Amino acid sequence: MTAIEEINLTVNGERSTHRVPVRMNLVDFLRNELGLTGSHVGCEHGVCGACTVEVNGACVRGCLMLAVQADGLEVTTIEGLTASGRAGALQAAFHRRNSLQCGFCTPGMLASALEYCERGGAADRAAIREHIAGNYCRCTGYQSIVDAIYEVIAAEEAQ
Amino acid sequence: MTGPLSIFDRPNAYIGKSVPRPDAARLLVGRGQFVDDQQLPRMVHAAFVRSPHAHARIVSIDGAQAATMQGVVAVYDGSDMADHCEPWVGTLTHMQGLRSPPQYPLALDVVRWQGEPVAMVVATSRALAEDACGLIDVDYELLPEACNVEAALDRDAAVIHPEFGNNLAWERIVDSGDVDAAFARNDVTIVERTFRFNRHTGVTLEPRSSVVDFNPADETMTYWYAGQAPHMMQAILSKHLGLAEENIRLIANDVGGSFGIKIHTYGDDIATAVAARILARPVKFIADRNESFLTDIHARDHRIHGRMAVARDGEIAALEIDDLTGIGPYSMYPRTSAIECNQVLNLTGAPYAIQNYRARGQVVFQNKNLMSQYRAVGHPVAMAVAEGLLEDAALAIGLGSVDIRKRNLIRDDAYPVTSAAGMKFDDLSHCRTLDKLLDIMGHDVLREEHAKLRSSGIHRGIGIASIVEVTNPSPLFYGVGGASIAAQDGATVRLDAAGAIHVSASITEQGQGTNTIIAQIAADMFGVEIDRVKVTTGDTAHVPYGGGTWASRGAGIGGEAVLQAATALRGQVLEVAGTILQCAPDRLDILSGSIVDVKTAAQRMTLRELGRIVYFRGNELPPDVKPELIATRHYRVTDFPFVFTNGAMAAEVELDPETGFVKLLGFWVVEDCGRVINPQLVDEQIRGGVVQGIGGAFYEECIYSSNGQLLNASMADYLVPMAAEMPDIVVAHVETPTKTSVLGAKGAGEAGTGGAPAALLNAVNDALRAFDTSISEMPMTPERLLKALGVV
Ligand code: FES
Ligand code: FES
Repeated sequence: MTAIEEINLTVNGERSTHRVPVRMNLVDFLRNELGLTGSHVGCEHGVCGACTVEVNGACVRGCLMLAVQADGLEVTTIEGLTASGRAGALQAAFHRRNSLQCGFCTPGMLASALEYCERGGAADRAAIREHIAGNYCRCTGYQSIVDAIYEVIAAEEAQ
Repeated sequence: MTGPLSIFDRPNAYIGKSVPRPDAARLLVGRGQFVDDQQLPRMVHAAFVRSPHAHARIVSIDGAQAATMQGVVAVYDGSDMADHCEPWVGTLTHMQGLRSPPQYPLALDVVRWQGEPVAMVVATSRALAEDACGLIDVDYELLPEACNVEAALDRDAAVIHPEFGNNLAWERIVDSGDVDAAFARNDVTIVERTFRFNRHTGVTLEPRSSVVDFNPADETMTYWYAGQAPHMMQAILSKHLGLAEENIRLIANDVGGSFGIKIHTYGDDIATAVAARILARPVKFIADRNESFLTDIHARDHRIHGRMAVARDGEIAALEIDDLTGIGPYSMYPRTSAIECNQVLNLTGAPYAIQNYRARGQVVFQNKNLMSQYRAVGHPVAMAVAEGLLEDAALAIGLGSVDIRKRNLIRDDAYPVTSAAGMKFDDLSHCRTLDKLLDIMGHDVLREEHAKLRSSGIHRGIGIASIVEVTNPSPLFYGVGGASIAAQDGATVRLDAAGAIHVSASITEQGQGTNTIIAQIAADMFGVEIDRVKVTTGDTAHVPYGGGTWASRGAGIGGEAVLQAATALRGQVLEVAGTILQCAPDRLDILSGSIVDVKTAAQRMTLRELGRIVYFRGNELPPDVKPELIATRHYRVTDFPFVFTNGAMAAEVELDPETGFVKLLGFWVVEDCGRVINPQLVDEQIRGGVVQGIGGAFYEECIYSSNGQLLNASMADYLVPMAAEMPDIVVAHVETPTKTSVLGAKGAGEAGTGGAPAALLNAVNDALRAFDTSISEMPMTPERLLKALGVV
C-alpha cells in the first residue's frame, strides 16, 4: 500500500529525482512534494478540472494520473506558464474581463483554454464552451471566461 | 452628500468604473493562498470516520488498531471531543419557539444523518489518516429513520430527538389583512398549486478547509480559515473551546468560493481546532468531495402549497402559502436553519401590493444532512411560488404575463412601503426595471416568434419574474437573537510616509471583488490613484471588528465604512496640509496623490512630501499638530432591518417534448442594486448568481433513498452547470441609491440565484402550455418533464 518508487521528471523546465509512494497522484505530488500549489484539487475523481496540468504537451487531470506515471515526462503547471505569448495573452484577457472570481478553477481553466488556442481552436463561442465543458467553475457562470478566450483568438486572427 | 456636485463626480473617480481586480493577477499565475496551500512545520492531517447510517445508536467504537499504526498521532471519538469542547445549540431568541438539541463535534451516542462524523484520526499524512480510519471498527444498532419531510410530522414518524416529543423544530404564522374574506369574494378567481424545491448544495470548488495551530506557551490559536465571517468564528471558538477571544486569530486569505456554505459551524472543523489544541501542533483538515456532499449544508427542501385569489382586473386579492421545510437533524449553528423558511414567509409576493396575506411555515427535523443558509436564502423559493401562481392567475383570467405584473407591482413612487409580511421597502423600482427588461429582451418580438414556431412544432417559452433581494442587514437579522454576529463593519485608512494609503477592513473576499471595491472607494474618497491603495482583509489580528461578507452586505455596509474612514483621513490630511501651507484646509483638495488648490487644481505639495514632514521632520510642525494620519469608521444600517434591492428577470427556453430536455436560449436581468461601484464586478456577480439559480432549477439535486442514503455524493453523479449548456446572460441596471448611506450601494450577490429559478419555471411552463400541462418541482429534470408530459 505504501510502496515507494523513484521517479525522474521535468517540471516547469527543472529536472529532478524523487522517491514517491506509488499511490500518490500527480497533483498531490506537485502540490505537497514540490510546493507547486497553483494546481488545485476540487474532486479527486476527474470531473472538476481544477487539477488540469500539461504533461508532454497534452492536458491531463492531475488527480487521475499517478506521480509514478510521470516518470520520464515533462510537466507544466500554472507556475511554469510564460508571461509572453498565448499564455500571457490569456492571463491578461482573463484579468481584463474578470474571468475569475475566487480563482480556484483558474489554473485548470487556463490550461484548458491554452490547449484550445494551441490546437488552433476557432473564435467560436459554442466551440469554446464545448472545449471548457470539462472545467467546473462555480463562481463566474462561464460567460466571462468564454469572452476572454474568444478575445485572444479573435485578436490573433486579426493579425 | 456635499452639495449639488456630488462627491462621486470628483475627477479621478473610481466609483462607478469597471476597474480590473488587482488581486486577480496573483490568482492568474498560481500565486493564490488557499488554506490547503498552507504547509507548516510539524503539521499533521485529519480524516474522519463517518456514519454510514441515517439513524443509529453507536454501540461501540474500537480505535485500538488504528492508534497503533505508524504515522498515526491520535484517534478521538465523540466523548474525547466533548471533554474539550462545549456543545453548541442552533437557536436564536428572536426565532421564537425554535428548538434544537446540543451538538458536539463528533456524534456522542446516536448518529442522525449519513455522513455525521463519528471518529477522528490525526496522522502525518491524509492518506495515512484515511488508512487508519479504515481500521476503526464502529458497531451500530439501527434506529428507524424519519427522512421524508412530508411524513416527518406524522403520528407514527420516528422521533429524532425523543425529548422533543415530535419532529417539529419551529413554526411561524403570518396573518395580515382578511385573507378568508378575500378568498370568499365572488369576483375573484382562485388558483392553487403545490411546489416542491428539492435539496441541492453549494459545491464550492474549494472544499471546506481548515488549518489550525495552537501554541501552549501563550495559549494562542491561529486558524487559517476558508470562510466569510472571521470574527464570528473567533467568538465561536472562544466560547466552545474556552479560549480567550483575543488569543484566537482567524486568517482568511484566498477563499475558493463560499456562497454561504462555509459560514456555518461544522463538527469536523471544530474537531480540527480541538485536536490542534490537544496536540499543540498544526492540524489540517480538507474535506474531500464525498465529505462535502455529505456534510456541507444542503439548501431548500421545501414543499409549499400556495393559493392566490385574483380579481377580474388582475388585482391580487389574497395570497396564502403553507411551507414545510426539512432541515436535517439539527438547526445549524449559529445562524439557525429556520431563517430559510422565515425568508420564504417574509418574501413571497414581496414585489406586489398585496393586502391580504397568510403564511404558515413549519420547519421539521429529518435524518438527512443539515439544511441551512445558502446563497439567496429562501429567495428562489419565495420568488418561484409567487411568480408561478401569478402566471397561473394570469392564464385563468385571460390576462397577459406582463399586464398582471403591471397591475400589481408596487409603484415606483409609492415608497416607503410596508408589505403585508411586515417588510419595510424603500428606494425600489419594480416598474422601471420591468419596463427596461421588456425592452432589452425584445419581449413582444420574441412572443410573436414563439407563436409562429409553435405551429411548426418548436416549443419555446418565456418566463418573467420580478424579485426583491434582502441585502445590507441590520442587527435585527442575527445579533438581536443573541448571536455573536456583527452587523456593523469597520475600516481603518492610514497614510504612509511615501504617500500611499493602507486600508484594513472587516468585510471579506471570496472572489466577489471585495478588496477591489474597497480600494476604489478609498482611492476615490481620499484622492489617490488606485495602485497607491493597499488593502488588508480577512485577518482578525489586523482588521477592525466586523461581520464579514454575507447576506450581500460587503459593499453596502463595509463599503460605507471605507467611504467614511477615507473621507475622515482626507480631512486630517487637509488639516495638516493647511498648517504646512499656511492656508485654510477648505481651500485645498487631494487629487491624484497631491495636495492641490481646490479652485485651480494647481499642485501645492505631494502626499509624499506631506508624509515626510509629518513622520520624519515633525520639528517643522507646530507642537499642537498631531502626527495622526489614520482614521477608523464603523457603519451599520439603522433605519431599516434590511436594505432591499429589486430586479426583473426573463428566461427563454426551448423544450424538446420527446426527450424532456430544455435548452436555455437566453437570459436577461435588470437589477437595481443602488449605486454600482464596479459595473463589471456587479454584472459578474449577477451572472454567476443566475447560473447557480439555473443549477437549482434544472440540474442540482441531493438525491436520497427512502432510508436516508445520499445516492449521488460525487461530482460525476451530482450535476452542476457546465459551460456548454449555459446561455450568455444580458445584464442591465436601474440605479436607485439607498438613502441609508452616503455611498448608496445595496447588495448584488444573491439576486441572480434568488430570481432565476422563478423565471425559468415560468419559461418552462410557458413552453408546456401547448401540451396543457405544467411542472412545479425543481430541479426540472428531463424525467420530471416527461412525467408532466405524460410520456413516462
Ligand atoms: S481534482 Fe482532478 S478533476 Fe477534480
Ligand atoms: S472562479 Fe471560483 S470556481 Fe471559478
